[in-house]
Amino acid sequence: MTMTAAAMPALVPCWSCKGPVATRALFCSVCGAVQGPGALDHFTRLGLRPTFDLDMDELERQYFGFQRRLHPDRFASKSPRERALSQGQATALNEAYETLKDPLKRAVALLEMQGRKVDLTACGTINDKDLLMEQMEKREAIADADSVEAITRLSAAADSDVLSCQCHISAAFNGSDLEEAVHLTIRLKYLVKLADEARAKKVRMMRAVR
Amino acid sequence: MSDDGLVMLQLHEPGETPAPHDSERGAAVGIDLGTTNSVVALSFEGSVEVLRSADGRGLIPSVVHYRDDGGVEVGAKAREAILETPDHVVSSIKRLMGRGIEDVKALAGTLPYAVEPNPDGGMVRLRVAGRVLTPVEISADILRAIKARAEEALLGKMVSRAVVTVPAYFDDAARTATKDAARLAGLEVLRLVNEPTAAALAYGLDNAVEGLYAVYDLGGGTFDISVLKMEKGVFQVKATGGDAVLGGDDIDHAIAEHFLADRKAAVGEHPISAGEVKQALMTARVAKECLTGRTEGEWMIEVDGRPSRHSLTREQLEFLAAPFVERTIAICREVVEDAGIDVADIRGVVLVGGSTRMPLVRARVADFFGRPPLADINPDEVVAVGAALQAEALTAGSDTLLLDVTPLSLGIETMGGIVEKVIPRNTPIPVAMAQEFTTYQDGQSAMSIHVVQGEREMVDQNRSLARFVLRGIPPMTAGAARIRVSFQVDADGLLTVAATEMTTGIEQQVAVKPSYGLNDDEMADMLRDSLVHARDDMQQRLLTESVVEARRSLLAVQSALGVDGDLLSADERQAIDAAIEQVKAACAGSDRDAVTASVESLETATKSFAEKRMDRGIRQALAGMSVDRLDGALGGGE
Ligand SMILES: Nc1ncnc2c1ncn2[C@@H]1O[C@H](COP(=O)(O)OP(=O)(O)O)[C@@H](O)[C@H]1O
Ligand SMILES: [Mg+2]
Ligand SMILES: [Zn+2]
Repeated sequence: MTMTAAAMPALVPCWSCKGPVATRALFCSVCGAVQGPGALDHFTRLGLRPTFDLDMDELERQYFGFQRRLHPDRFASKSPRERALSQGQATALNEAYETLKDPLKRAVALLEMQGRKVDLTACGTINDKDLLMEQMEKREAIADADSVEAITRLSAAADSDVLSCQCHISAAFNGSDLEEAVHLTIRLKYLVKLADEARAKKVRMMRAVR
Repeated sequence: MSDDGLVMLQLHEPGETPAPHDSERGAAVGIDLGTTNSVVALSFEGSVEVLRSADGRGLIPSVVHYRDDGGVEVGAKAREAILETPDHVVSSIKRLMGRGIEDVKALAGTLPYAVEPNPDGGMVRLRVAGRVLTPVEISADILRAIKARAEEALLGKMVSRAVVTVPAYFDDAARTATKDAARLAGLEVLRLVNEPTAAALAYGLDNAVEGLYAVYDLGGGTFDISVLKMEKGVFQVKATGGDAVLGGDDIDHAIAEHFLADRKAAVGEHPISAGEVKQALMTARVAKECLTGRTEGEWMIEVDGRPSRHSLTREQLEFLAAPFVERTIAICREVVEDAGIDVADIRGVVLVGGSTRMPLVRARVADFFGRPPLADINPDEVVAVGAALQAEALTAGSDTLLLDVTPLSLGIETMGGIVEKVIPRNTPIPVAMAQEFTTYQDGQSAMSIHVVQGEREMVDQNRSLARFVLRGIPPMTAGAARIRVSFQVDADGLLTVAATEMTTGIEQQVAVKPSYGLNDDEMADMLRDSLVHARDDMQQRLLTESVVEARRSLLAVQSALGVDGDLLSADERQAIDAAIEQVKAACAGSDRDAVTASVESLETATKSFAEKRMDRGIRQALAGMSVDRLDGALGGGE
């Protein structure tokens, strides 16, 4: 008999009672043992539909709900093996939560699930000429700002650039325009960096004034 | 989640688990190991009692008196001894936990401690009454006294496990030192919990609060500010910040300096001894505390055996204290801004720590947060109360959950002494993150890895946690090797670092726990010296762990028999039953090897049973039967 991979039930032996459990199961339904975190995408791990337009309250609710059951503190009196597995689960939940909470990382995760890789850590050159020019101008303006009022204005503008770019990313995902989503995500990366720089300078200047 | 999944789960909720010898393992208490004062509390079914001395005092001054006859005294008595034999008494030792000599602050050029030179660097060593002691040992003496106090209050019941609180802002070295101190004192640390989180727990449960709250904790030695979200039993730290060496002690210091300057102007300068420094600091503290209730007063200090009188008004005190209080407010502002939180969204501010009694502090906090702070729980005891609740949650189970964060960024030194951050601050824990580095010389066969903690860009401005070398990198051109350095922080906030060379497929790996200057041998020696039963203790713990593991296996097999027992012939069943009996018998004994061996034979006896169960599972799934049961507790969040 042959089966397609999709129809194959994803079953593995429970490490504890050795009976079958679904690869995605958190606990074995027979012996109750916590299972390892396995390889899940961040949305599935938190029981969420993959979308850029995530409801932050729902994200938090799901995250709390899973942590309530999987956090190492729930396993303090259990065997070392179960404690280690729960730490793995909680670590994976934290990674998923941190990723999905941040619009930039969320966009990257969504793109990756659809086979598009965007490297956030690469500090390579900007290919996009317009983006490059825009960046240089704005960076200069931030560097030149010499009053709290000026930097506050620039910081607010940078924050609103970030927000509007997020709206465009949302539209790109909803229109299934992955090319555009990749392009905008790279743009968002630089806008976020600018906004962080502006905020840091604002904090520094406000502190100096005090 | 399916109903039957829920039932199975409840069978194994914490507390109902096979935790053996639980009554023999003793009570689990909460300990606030403070710079100035310590408190111990016990929670039973959610109601907390602070364990008091015979005369009703909850606070145990964190002061140790090393007597000439070899005896050790802790608490109020030890504090009184400062006046008689100041060089035999140690206080505020928490400030030196996991720290080096460069962190010790002098008064008028004189340290309040006699420091023993340590050629290896690392943690300071103090000379006290002819002994040389590390802060870990001194803290262990305090913890022993706390343990004794608790056992006395509990009418002789043994106390062997504790949740110990640490400032949220404590770095890895200080956390490790705290855990080691507890171990030396014969206490198993169930969990290190951050003080503000513990306070929030005590506060939140008492008042059923929801939403964003700030916890402002100003004690004797440390300042902490945390913003937490409290929601249906979950306490999630959104951001935390502070200063591990800022507190009431600094104000005492400023007052003492003021008195000394005043004195110099009046009667000229005289050499001051370490003992007189301690006494001056104590007098300054008395003055400060008096001025919380009064507006002026007069105090006496002694230098070179000659006394002098000095007056101080509250106004003068506030002038001296203002820089420190302003610094706490500046840190509050940074933390709130850093977390992207609007101050107006914070629904309340909880005050913790003795220094929050100062009118100036209350006024400035109220001013910054735009609302009067909440102080209806005793600020001295609230941390211990939270710790006790968490100790009960960990041993008997509960619905509350603490979700903490890393207080400081963790990183690695790169070329030019610049820090590359691997885990940023305020990341929820437990967390694991990795970063790849490469070699910068052709044929480089080893790479030195320096782990640091802190926010500054340059290595030497941060705290150094560990250094180690990854060797055996195969010869390659510069930049070709791929060294993956992974950081793991557990729920206690403790770090483990591992480095692996990735290109060869042959993994060269080293893993380290950061150290603060005491190596494993020294720790082992101390354990031997301080605790005759350390070895037995260790054996007992290993046995307990094996038994926990064995009972888990036993329950697992029994559950499996309940579901799929029909797969077995009578003979097979009999063999398994016999193996089960063997495990039960071994668990009742005290031979660890026998326990392990019995579990192994149980595994062998159930091998073919396990195969049959997997077969049945796959057959059922292929037959299109619902795999819901197999999905177990897959279900969503709430
Ligand atoms: N009434 C008071 N007025 C001002 N400061 C006080 C008062 N009571 C205690 N303190 C100060 O509080 C500090 C101790 O607070 P505590 O929370 O016990 O400290 P820690 O957490 O560092 O052990 C000391 O600096 C002490 O002087
Ligand atoms: Mg305290
Ligand atoms: Zn199982």
